[in-house]
Amino acid sequence: MASVTGQAWAGTDQGKPLLQLDRLSKSFGATRANEDVSLSIHPGEIHAILGENGAGKSTLMKMIYGVLTPSSGRIMWRGQEVAIQSPAVARALGIGMVFQHFSLFETLTVAENISLSVPESAAALAPRIAEFGERFGLPVDPSALVHSLSVGQRQRVELIRCLLQKPSLIIMDEPTSVLPPSGIPPLFDTLRKLAAEGCAILFISHKLDEIRSLCHHATIMRAGKVVGAVDPTRETNETLARLMIGRELPQPTRSPARPGENPAMELRGLSSIPSDPFGVVLHEIDLSLRPGEILGIAGVSGNGQKELASILSGETPLSGAGRDRVLIDGAACGHMNAGQRRAIGLAFVPEERNGRGAVPEMSLVQNTLLTAHPKGLVRRGLISRREAQTLAEQCIAEMNVRCHGAHAEARSLSGGNLQKFIVGREIKLKPKILIAAQPTWGVDVGAAAAIRQELIRLRDSGVALLVISDELEELMEVADRMQVIFRGRLSPSLSRAEANTAMIGNYMTGGFLQQPRGAQQVEAA
Amino acid sequence: MRAPWMIEPRTSLPPFMSLVPPLAAVVATVIGGIALLTFLGISPGTALFQLFLAPFSSLFNLSEVLLKATPLLLIAQGLAIGFRAKVWNIGAEGQLIVGAIGGSLLPIFYNDSQNPFMLAGMALIGVLCGMAWAGIAAALRTRFNANEILVTLMLNSLALQLLYYLVGGPLRDPFGFNFPQSAMFPDVAMLPVLSSAGRVNVGLLAAVALSVVAWLFVERSLIGYKLQVGGAAPDAARYAGFKESRAIWISLLVGGAAAGLAGVFEVAGPLGQLQRVVSPGYGFAAIIVAFLGGLNAIGILFAAFFMAVIYVGGDIAQASAGVPYAVISILQGIMLVSYIAARMFVDYRVIFPWSLAKAN
Repeated sequence: MASVTGQAWAGTDQGKPLLQLDRLSKSFGATRANEDVSLSIHPGEIHAILGENGAGKSTLMKMIYGVLTPSSGRIMWRGQEVAIQSPAVARALGIGMVFQHFSLFETLTVAENISLSVPESAAALAPRIAEFGERFGLPVDPSALVHSLSVGQRQRVELIRCLLQKPSLIIMDEPTSVLPPSGIPPLFDTLRKLAAEGCAILFISHKLDEIRSLCHHATIMRAGKVVGAVDPTRETNETLARLMIGRELPQPTRSPARPGENPAMELRGLSSIPSDPFGVVLHEIDLSLRPGEILGIAGVSGNGQKELASILSGETPLSGAGRDRVLIDGAACGHMNAGQRRAIGLAFVPEERNGRGAVPEMSLVQNTLLTAHPKGLVRRGLISRREAQTLAEQCIAEMNVRCHGAHAEARSLSGGNLQKFIVGREIKLKPKILIAAQPTWGVDVGAAAAIRQELIRLRDSGVALLVISDELEELMEVADRMQVIFRGRLSPSLSRAEANTAMIGNYMTGGFLQQPRGAQQVEAA
Repeated sequence: MRAPWMIEPRTSLPPFMSLVPPLAAVVATVIGGIALLTFLGISPGTALFQLFLAPFSSLFNLSEVLLKATPLLLIAQGLAIGFRAKVWNIGAEGQLIVGAIGGSLLPIFYNDSQNPFMLAGMALIGVLCGMAWAGIAAALRTRFNANEILVTLMLNSLALQLLYYLVGGPLRDPFGFNFPQSAMFPDVAMLPVLSSAGRVNVGLLAAVALSVVAWLFVERSLIGYKLQVGGAAPDAARYAGFKESRAIWISLLVGGAAAGLAGVFEVAGPLGQLQRVVSPGYGFAAIIVAFLGGLNAIGILFAAFFMAVIYVGGDIAQASAGVPYAVISILQGIMLVSYIAARMFVDYRVIFPWSLAKAN
């Protein structure tokens, strides 16, 4: 496929295209999510869709997969115009999709899960699952229960389920975001094998290195429009980023950390069994966070990050007996809820924006009240609307949030813009401690750089920061030291100098567990 | 199996669209009422007149409408506050009954009292009784996670049996020829009527005043905001540190207090004593009123009025044309179902495959 080079989206030089999009547009009310998007994909081609968050990648994929219907434009499949009204129609045509968030039942086996979407019994499917697994390098046990699988294994199940329907085109939405660094090359090998057998792949990502190493073509989108179609192997990260965000990628500046003496927040021997039966049990977690430093928590997602974040934030308060397990400024606060902890200087940026960090159907003014109401926005029990609006407008201006003013509903903002608003609001609380879970997850590169710079600026002003992230590159950029979470256990702390990809990768798969326990405690202290 | 159509949430709604479901429900109820009575052998013109116009035909009838709107308005305002927090109190009927019982204690035991604070005392006891009855559901929900819909619903039956027992025994009028009802209340225990033309009393003014308070509470107070966040996005409420148990307690206690006060207004108003029947289902009808009013304090004012028209119109049709009393329940049902259906079509867009083909 290496012979297929540039401008394929406009031409038909390599035989018949499998899928052609002709001036596809989609509007939601006044917003134009996609505008005159045209591209074409040939059999056996790995085609990247590259774009910032809110650029319209997801909308485009949903139209191809029949989840959304285009407002105008044509979709051509093997040269014929088609109306893809539902995912069932898409699957019948031969289009499969592997979602970023999996849709598997935890209590069923792999084969049972797959049999739900393929008209065959689980028993008949088992040998075929094994066969596909061998052929494409996707080893997975058909009789294993899904809840016992790692995230990487679940992704394989999703991919096998998709392959069993013999698709000619597979759409993959940010597939590497859930994998450890060691899991990415095997996935890419699988995708290359599939392409060699003639299957086309639409690969959505914002990770430039991956696109350059894997994809034959890249269609770059910005603000709902196609702004470029290139051969990614001939581009550099800088040229791709410039196309994607329309300007140079800002690099954060940082100086060495000058952490304070006394820890701002500590966890002491914290163990916790989650109420969700498929949640991760936390074992004996020790952690100490000092003012003026950024501690990064790395790890493959699903290893206890969510549980850790909700215990730190106070959304899952501990029972009275566990109050000494969490300390803020030396005072026991394990039993306090999120509001009480916020009152003593903790702020938190959660992983989910809509529905947790913000109420989707409420305006940004009302969402400012969510955590900032103690900051003089309420008088004698009544809300002071003018002051709430002033604060909301400040958050919008300072974080450069793109929205239709402070009265816009939170759900009308793109994920990245809402995240900027939430970060801005939490900073306005003037916290002593800021915990951020996946602060730039799904946020475009430009906005992500701005958020990271803001985190470093807070650190320099003496705030203690804890950043939980699946993206190692992000932690490498912002964190002063790192700890890795694996199956609910926290690794010893690694300084910036020690934390190289190999070392962290080893910890991400449990490498630190072989160390003697004594060493772990010394390092954590 | 896939349905041959798809539904998609509408993203941006013009503000006037929120008026469509209640208006559609009102229109459907009027048409349904006329159709129903026509089916029973009454000419459509007469049916329209008796059900929906006769309630306005005389000062007395209008006064009856306002009299029946009073408890509906009070209860619906209380329920709406809880419904916005997604706490489903279906037990306003029981809370009303217990409030009526509590409110009757003073005038029954001090039957010849001249104390001008009698009414205030009755209202206070009635409100506390309604709150206590709703508080049972709140305690069971927060302590044992018992579903408040089931608990409040079952407490209705308990309240009714309690009322039957009390009016048949301990609270029965000793000079009442063994009829299951209490002694008539003294004058100081009766709400003053607003006009000599009818029975509507100062309870209506109290209900309207409390509607203003409810509007302030929902739109302007921090507690109202916290309740709304808890209903719209429970994870966001937990993230903000708003206590779920507090939201449940407040929601149920406010609903119980409003229903309890409505119960006092019934015994101290049109009834003048405690009887086996203190409410023709106001507690249930108020649920419909709350939704028809869009859970909005101002909308509920109009919805309560319309519901009261149906009550009075149904009474008139029953008296003059002999239609069954069940007509009122049927009209309430039509109204609720058509409101819910209209909401669905306003909030979602239905897409048929053939309309897509045309668009392309």
